[in-house]
Amino acid sequence: MSTLIKGARPYGEDAVDILVTGGRIAAVGDELTVPGADVVEAAGLVALPGLVDLHTHLREPGREDAETVETGSRAAALGGYTAVHAMANTDPVADTAGVVEQVWRLGRHAGLVDVVPVGAVTVGLRGERLAELGAMADSAARVRVFSDDGHCVADPALMRRALEYVKALDGVVAQHAEEPRLTVGAQMNEGDRSARLGLTGWPAAAEEAVIARDVLLAGHVGARLHVCHVSTAGSVEILRWAKSRGVQVTAEVTPHHLLLTDECAEGYDPVYKVNPPLRTEADVQALRAGLADGTIDAVATDHAPHAVEDKESEWASARPGMLGLEQALAVVVQTMVEPGLLDWRGVAERMSVAPAAIGRLESHGRPLAVGEPANLLLLDPAHRATVDPAALASRSCNSPYAGRELPGRVVHTFLRGAPTVLDGKAQR
Amino acid sequence: MKRHLLEAADLDRDDATLVLDTAAQIESALAGREVKKLPTLRGRTVVNLFYEDSTRTRISFELAAKRLSADVINFSAKGSSVSKGESLKDTALTLEAMGSDAIVVRHGASGAPHRLAQWVQGSVVNAGDGTHEHPTQALLDAYTIRQRLGRLDGIRVVVVGDVLHSRVARSNVWLLATLGAEVTLVAPPTLLPVGVGSWPVQVGYDLDAVLPKADVVMMLRVQAERMNASFFPSAREYSRRYGLDGRRMGALPDDAIVMHPGPMNRGMEIAAVVADSARSTIVDQVGNGVSVRMAVLYLLLGGASASE
Repeated sequence: MSTLIKGARPYGEDAVDILVTGGRIAAVGDELTVPGADVVEAAGLVALPGLVDLHTHLREPGREDAETVETGSRAAALGGYTAVHAMANTDPVADTAGVVEQVWRLGRHAGLVDVVPVGAVTVGLRGERLAELGAMADSAARVRVFSDDGHCVADPALMRRALEYVKALDGVVAQHAEEPRLTVGAQMNEGDRSARLGLTGWPAAAEEAVIARDVLLAGHVGARLHVCHVSTAGSVEILRWAKSRGVQVTAEVTPHHLLLTDECAEGYDPVYKVNPPLRTEADVQALRAGLADGTIDAVATDHAPHAVEDKESEWASARPGMLGLEQALAVVVQTMVEPGLLDWRGVAERMSVAPAAIGRLESHGRPLAVGEPANLLLLDPAHRATVDPAALASRSCNSPYAGRELPGRVVHTFLRGAPTVLDGKAQR
Repeated sequence: MKRHLLEAADLDRDDATLVLDTAAQIESALAGREVKKLPTLRGRTVVNLFYEDSTRTRISFELAAKRLSADVINFSAKGSSVSKGESLKDTALTLEAMGSDAIVVRHGASGAPHRLAQWVQGSVVNAGDGTHEHPTQALLDAYTIRQRLGRLDGIRVVVVGDVLHSRVARSNVWLLATLGAEVTLVAPPTLLPVGVGSWPVQVGYDLDAVLPKADVVMMLRVQAERMNASFFPSAREYSRRYGLDGRRMGALPDDAIVMHPGPMNRGMEIAAVVADSARSTIVDQVGNGVSVRMAVLYLLLGGASASE
């Protein structure tokens, strides 16, 4: 089976035709004609390698009322993703080979994106002793990213051992950086707004202190560290310093931390409650600058679906987290591309190449070139639309972008040459 | 006046003055009458929805509504809405379906009244939400100051104590600033919020330094449990540094008054000799609370057929 994509602009550059055969890019050139091939008109559309998310909560097993591997995969494909890392904080926790293989199989069955399970660092995310990281790495799911996300691996000795241990697995520890003693009862960024709203503050120092500690540990033992959802200007500075010293550290930022500020907490609508919390405008600007200069390697969604009843409540009793998969690229276009901070190659680097490298995914994040796996998306950058949470593919509707107009529309997505999204519609 | 009273920060000078003036009118209308009751809200239903124990605030609102001839329902719902039982939203919709015209809500979560106001058609009155605001307390405090000192403009108010966890402090800061008073907060730095620098107040750590120029000293309740979380070393040390005792009261100007929202910890933040002195307005505050809450309910429920 062959598909001929006509007139697409790889990385926003000159229009070409792209021939996809047998799951790979077979030819790239002008005015290709291939008898019998399905033709996809893509005039004016930007072609990018399929996006890779390092940080997705698919909620299955355990909270299938909020999201399933299948519904989350569909949301991902519609967002232009071809691979997502499924976080370990399910019920049961993904801390054994059995659970990660189950999630991996559910992903294969859904067939919309490659679902790559993340393994828990510690048993039950309890931060007490290491889970069987080797068994998860050796399983069919081939786990390379380990994270207790939702919880910080707060014990410094345990964190050191985890960093050391995963070296043997070519793995990486993805740290949710939050000193728990500094965030007891925390509800939102600690600052002027928390003072007035009377919501317990989540100080930037609680994130920065753990990142500082962990980059020192990673440097000391020569291990790879990945920092989840960096949210403060101070964190960016610490990462910049660590990288200048040669520490093997990578970091991600979420779309919502690139766009939204703690001003959203006014009105107490918990759709804006998230962990780490939305920060200040100065933090947003520092995160954009850090993503532009490569201090922050990747955009990761922290897509966190929640059932209606877990959000339709008082702020303090609502669960933290917000949807991201379907709007991530649009937010990056608005916050990074349109202001000139990233070009399309930069978007490909931060949303596909770098996350694939961090997760050790060999067939994702590849160039749009002959012989490469045909994982790609086609984006209409001129399109603008207002986000309607009810129209999202996710089973939940806790989108912080509801009612906002955002640029860019993913028109087509291909996974190994097969269309998962055509003309904005999921194909399964 | 708006449909809800959610926070003192919402009130502009005209709104706030209208509440205080209305309270004064109600008080004089009732003065000397044998039956302390106005027919204004006859047929209207006010629900007191209390998620936290607060006998004094609930009774004050209940009395206020009854003196306006409203029907009053007390709904005590303890515990968080999610962990057990009915959600706040379901409770609100249930009360509304039963015909409530106003919901007076006390809740442990900051912002709960704001959520409620999005779900119901009737009026919502914040009777204290978490560590956010307690607007009717600030209104009755302002009323009491004006009653005792004749004005609010230029009055120097010192608020002392656990500002960090105090909804009373927050409401007073915004309302007093709106009404032209000069507010100074005094507390150990651990009990001031990060971000207090953006408030329209002076901040100090030394109580003795500010007392000689104070017209009003407002003492906040300090919970001894706070010392277990290292907000201060011990109750005694707190009391020595930030408590208002007889000696400190002697440093106040002659006309200065001492306020406390209650319930007091005698011997902790305030000495008995101060609480019972002629400067103390603590009992006045309780009485004024009923008048001010009557004014709020009257104005929110648009008592078109004015008193009498």
